Amino acid sequence: MSHVDLDARRLLCPMPVIRLQDQIKTLHTGDTVTVTCTDPGVMNDIPAWSRINGHSVINSEEEEYLYQLTIQVGATP
Amino acid sequence: MSKQYKAVSLVSGGLDSMLASQVIMDQGIHVEGINFFTGFCVEGHTHAIRKQDDKKPKRNNALWVAEQLGMKLHIIDVIEEYKDVLINPKYGYGANMNPCLDCKIFMVKKAHEWIKENDFDFIITGEVIGQRPMSQRKQTMPIIAHQSGADELLLRPLSAKNLPETLPEREGWVDREQLFDFSGRSRKPQIALANELGIDDYAQPAGGCCFLTDASYSNKLVDLWQNRNDKNYEMDDIMMLKVGRHIRPNARFKLIIAREEGECRFMEGYRKEFDHLHCTSHTGPMALIDGKPNSEDLQLAARILARFGKGRSEEQVDVELGLKNGVKRQYSIKPLGSDDIPKEWYL
Repeated sequence: MSHVDLDARRLLCPMPVIRLQDQIKTLHTGDTVTVTCTDPGVMNDIPAWSRINGHSVINSEEEEYLYQLTIQVGATP
Repeated sequence: MSKQYKAVSLVSGGLDSMLASQVIMDQGIHVEGINFFTGFCVEGHTHAIRKQDDKKPKRNNALWVAEQLGMKLHIIDVIEEYKDVLINPKYGYGANMNPCLDCKIFMVKKAHEWIKENDFDFIITGEVIGQRPMSQRKQTMPIIAHQSGADELLLRPLSAKNLPETLPEREGWVDREQLFDFSGRSRKPQIALANELGIDDYAQPAGGCCFLTDASYSNKLVDLWQNRNDKNYEMDDIMMLKVGRHIRPNARFKLIIAREEGECRFMEGYRKEFDHLHCTSHTGPMALIDGKPNSEDLQLAARILARFGKGRSEEQVDVELGLKNGVKRQYSIKPLGSDDIPKEWYL
């Protein structure tokens, strides 16, 4: 299992989702990616995108206008 | 065992594409959504930036639709490729800088490429004849199908009975009799179908789903092009057109002044890309400077900015200029009066 950190600060939705989607295409089932964002919209959009594409948000945190989510890759992309 | 046919649906996040997707899913077709991000899409952007919009839902409607329908959604970044559509539209612009027909052709073309790469069988859209004055007319429907290269693989379920049979209908992959003959600008047929399908929540974007249909946004875009003498743009350029109050005193520069706290916070992130101003003696907004102002322009910029701060009535306020390279300069200036800023400076 591998882990990747993804910086999506200053990007507005849906760009963080697109970056995450593109990153996940390079990963395998069970791998994790932590994405750091400044757009609060990601707190809805990334969980929604993950649910419909079979991935799991295993952690989400919000602090000082920074939003960080960790996603575990589900079905092999 | 019969083949499981697969369609990709162009999902904008509005009701029409939601209905088109649902009626095709109901015929047993495997449908996945595709959503193209051009940079001009009206989604959560300005809501995310502006603090006053805090209470509005920050959902992405295309994602929300996909989740409601239980289908996958592929969001595709087409920002770079879209530049040519916007800068050189073969069929021209609509009321503002919206190249709607070229845009639709481009998106169907991209969807056509996508189905070939992903082994899908056909494309569906929520287009309705007569719904929009430029891209959704009876005469333009075949142009979109032909120019995109999708031809008979493009099915519009909501208006299918008003259009020639497509391959999925002729081959019996979908039953044409169960499709619709909607036309015109009335939303009643769509709302009735939504009720019939049990869809009671859907986005109703005022003014469409694209910033290019907005007159104010289009004016700022044209101003950007004219003053740079170049139509090329970067993502940051078009994002900045959605933010702040834009004031152009002359061709050399314009000011982008934050209107509230959320915009200030957003613009703070651009201090390394733009020279910027803020008032140090009184509270007030920050401003980014776009262009190449001379020293007199910078004095003027400081006076304009001070007009929008708490010190607007003072004889003298202090304003700090921060350059992109980190160098700082101080100005002690008298704020401009409200009548000193001509209306034509506001973009």
